[in-house]
Amino acid sequence: MNIADYKNVWVFIENEHGEAKNVGLELLNQGRILAEGNKEKLIGVVIGNEVDAAVKAAIAYGADEVILVEGEEYKDYNTDGYANVMVKLVEKFKPSVILIGASNNGRDLGPRISARLATGLTADCTGLGINEETGDIAWTRPAFGGNLMATILCSNTRPQIGTVRPGVFKKAQPDTTRSASIIKEEIRTPAEIIRTKVVGFIKAMDESAVKLEEAEIIVSGGRGMGKPENFALLNEFADLLGGAVGASRAAVDAGWMPPLQQVGQTGKTVGPKIYFACGISGAIQHLAGMSSSDVIVAINKDPEAPIFDVADYGVVGDLFEVIPVLIEEIRKSKAS
Amino acid sequence: MGNILTTEQKELVEMVRNFALKEVKPHVKELDEKGEFPLELLKQAFDMGLHCLEIPEEYGGSGLDYQTTAIIFEELAKVDAGYAISLVTTFVALRSVIAAGNEAQKKLFADIIIPGAFGGFCLTEPNSGSDAGSMRGTAVKDGDEYVINASKCFVTNGGVADVFVVFASTDKSKGVKGISAFIVERSRPGITVGKHEDKMGLRLSNTTDVIFTDVRVPADHLLGKEGTGFITAMNTLNVSRAFVGALAVGICQSAIDEAVKYAKERVQFKKPIGQFQAVQMILADMEIQTEAARQLVHHAMILMDDNKPVVKEGSITKTFCGDTVVRVTTDAVQIFGGYGVSKEYPVEKLMRDSKVFQIFEGTNQIQRLVIAKEMFK
Amino acid sequence: MDILVCVKQVPDTSEIRIDPVSNTLIRSGVPSIINPFDANALEAAVQLKEAHGGSVTVISMGPQQAKNALKECISLGADKAVLISDRLFGGSDTLATSYILANAIKKLGKFDLILCGKQAIDGDTGQVGPEIAEHLGIAQLTYVAKLEVKGEVITVQREHDEGYEIVEAKLPAVVTVVKSINKPRYPSIKSKLAANKAVIDVITAADMPEINTEKIGLKGSPTKVKKTFTPPRKESGVRICEDTGRGCALKLFEKLVAAKLV
Repeated sequence: MNIADYKNVWVFIENEHGEAKNVGLELLNQGRILAEGNKEKLIGVVIGNEVDAAVKAAIAYGADEVILVEGEEYKDYNTDGYANVMVKLVEKFKPSVILIGASNNGRDLGPRISARLATGLTADCTGLGINEETGDIAWTRPAFGGNLMATILCSNTRPQIGTVRPGVFKKAQPDTTRSASIIKEEIRTPAEIIRTKVVGFIKAMDESAVKLEEAEIIVSGGRGMGKPENFALLNEFADLLGGAVGASRAAVDAGWMPPLQQVGQTGKTVGPKIYFACGISGAIQHLAGMSSSDVIVAINKDPEAPIFDVADYGVVGDLFEVIPVLIEEIRKSKAS
Repeated sequence: MGNILTTEQKELVEMVRNFALKEVKPHVKELDEKGEFPLELLKQAFDMGLHCLEIPEEYGGSGLDYQTTAIIFEELAKVDAGYAISLVTTFVALRSVIAAGNEAQKKLFADIIIPGAFGGFCLTEPNSGSDAGSMRGTAVKDGDEYVINASKCFVTNGGVADVFVVFASTDKSKGVKGISAFIVERSRPGITVGKHEDKMGLRLSNTTDVIFTDVRVPADHLLGKEGTGFITAMNTLNVSRAFVGALAVGICQSAIDEAVKYAKERVQFKKPIGQFQAVQMILADMEIQTEAARQLVHHAMILMDDNKPVVKEGSITKTFCGDTVVRVTTDAVQIFGGYGVSKEYPVEKLMRDSKVFQIFEGTNQIQRLVIAKEMFK
Repeated sequence: MDILVCVKQVPDTSEIRIDPVSNTLIRSGVPSIINPFDANALEAAVQLKEAHGGSVTVISMGPQQAKNALKECISLGADKAVLISDRLFGGSDTLATSYILANAIKKLGKFDLILCGKQAIDGDTGQVGPEIAEHLGIAQLTYVAKLEVKGEVITVQREHDEGYEIVEAKLPAVVTVVKSINKPRYPSIKSKLAANKAVIDVITAADMPEINTEKIGLKGSPTKVKKTFTPPRKESGVRICEDTGRGCALKLFEKLVAAKLV
């Protein structure tokens, strides 16, 4: 492996039903910084079927080039098909860096390809930089449940691969006038190679519910909510603000909220504009999931709760008294 | 106690503690308020094998020694003594079968209990408590069966047991020496269960009347010989007294833990109250009494593991533990001050749970008679 | 069904605290536990065994102390437990670890299903499971919240942002599971006592001569830790503490409006 042969920063543009997911577009923004740092190109990689929208988005959000691989067999994400494509692309084009959004599928794909390529993968990164001495990427990520941060280097193998947390980096302003070259690669994966098959889907969230990952405002409840019925108050508050409802691990473990709404180190990580933490003590594992929020508002009866160490606005009070009044005031101001 | 336990005992205690704190403790307050029997939580205890700790391995039990069993019961009682006593009572009934039964009977009893069931001990009647010998229940031989007519009260697990050990008179003319003991399966026709007692404490345990009307059991369900029932009952109670002491110690420890925690947090006159000597004196006495009670339990267990008689030691243990738990829990309420009598705080429940330990398994007055009798031998 | 479960002994990271003075982790006194997601994986394996018959083997790569975690797995229903341990394995990143584990698995036999927890709560990478699948050349299914086996086919529900994807695959496969898949059982007194007596086999590097030593330990680890640090403490912001809940809410509203947040 000759390190010098490997150039350029790739961003995996994960797509769903042909539409690019936010995380890939976020990574184009940060990827630009890394590419420029090493004077290289920023290339989006799109795999799927009928993915014009995703390709357009990749260009609008900053890709210098897009490598596109299409095929019926890539319509739904599957490990074997996508790994086959990525590895063949890597062998042909030799990228120096690959950024993959740390969605479930991203974290499914990353290790499969890094093992096949016998190269290094750093998971769930919250910080990306360039290591001054060597020009390698410096990958920063949380470990020990968020208690410790580690900066990792992959100096001796290529490509350097990392899965990156959604919501940590912000998308650039899209520019639909941008143009970029689209490189179509013909890579098919025969059916026998694809060993898993998507046969259905169970929707667990309301059609109209705002998705946690995309929400600009999140209202989250923890142990302080007391019982599941009380989440109705948070639902009302979130609806009013056009936001999503999340929960701490304590609330999910108690069965008050479904696992898909858990925010935390082992749940979803979110980076909204405002995060309301209601009755949440602020254990490190929870902070690890929401610390990249722009503004954190905490409401908790306990003045010693660790959440107050990170809150921009810390309200020491009873959430059952505070939130209804807040709802009232916001309603009034909207009416006027 | 830490330095006396073996590594294996420590691991078992840790395992039981983990289970009790995670699964049982969160529900105790509500169950106590309602006086509700926690069947589902006890089923989890069955899964763990906590209902057959001392049943020998050859019958399918866990085959633990008495010391380890007592430690485990203390741990369960820390979380709730009513929960623990539902399991201990099965052991009490088993004890009678072990004391007086033959192999077939031991197997019969074990086969019912092992898959996950409760046992009951039917001795007390409305008119015969301390004066057990004056019981009115009868068992009349009829061919190769006995017909039992008895009205038993204060039966722990009365409403949930699948098998009972029942004491009834086979010969009224002989008084105490005419009482016999029987294994009676719940499935036998003629058994009715009375109402569940609405009790001051141990509210998670099920206590009912059990009435036997012309209940027929095969003759091979007689434990030992006719007329030996009273001795069987006494042999049983000698052993079970020490176990009941272990439960009392568990309540004491819970009371101490809560009181210490409160004393560290509650601030008066600008200091945590635990820094005042008045409070420290009370806490230290609670600790001394509880540790002494615990050591008595363990000494009795050591004797029992060594197959030595424990007539006096069982009574001493039960008496001291019973008196101690009442004193310690009352002191705990005192430490909490006004909050101590509030149901929002955990100690009033412990005080309510404690009183019966001076009463059941033979009142502390009867115990003192037993002890005195032994002293004069 | 012959099932293999990969298990890691980890510090209970929910008990870890940061020393505010030295800004380092306080690890002493933190109990070692079976990685909670691996406990879910083991429970899933034991349930499958109870339904379909077969065996459950548990392996762990770690120091001698990991034997305790393996014994606990036996008390929870595993039939056999093997420790993979050697000084030469020390310093392995996920690629090297998965290489070693894959070799150990090959040595132990053929398995219909390999179950792992979705991630370890110390490393938090979630990489070893899929990498083992790659080394063994078998299919992988990750973030599984429900699974069912009928004959040779496994059907799972994979966690997705908005719900669950239903996916089918033919065994053998590596499956990583999430917490909601089951509630791990408690050991029983009997199983605990029996487990204490269980013999845990150890596989060392010498037992796997086919292993390429260039691919293990630090040498075999393409990723290296440059530095570790405790997360920077955010400056805490405005504290609102009025006499009444209503007062707090009004004050908060005032401030949020001023900052143009609502």
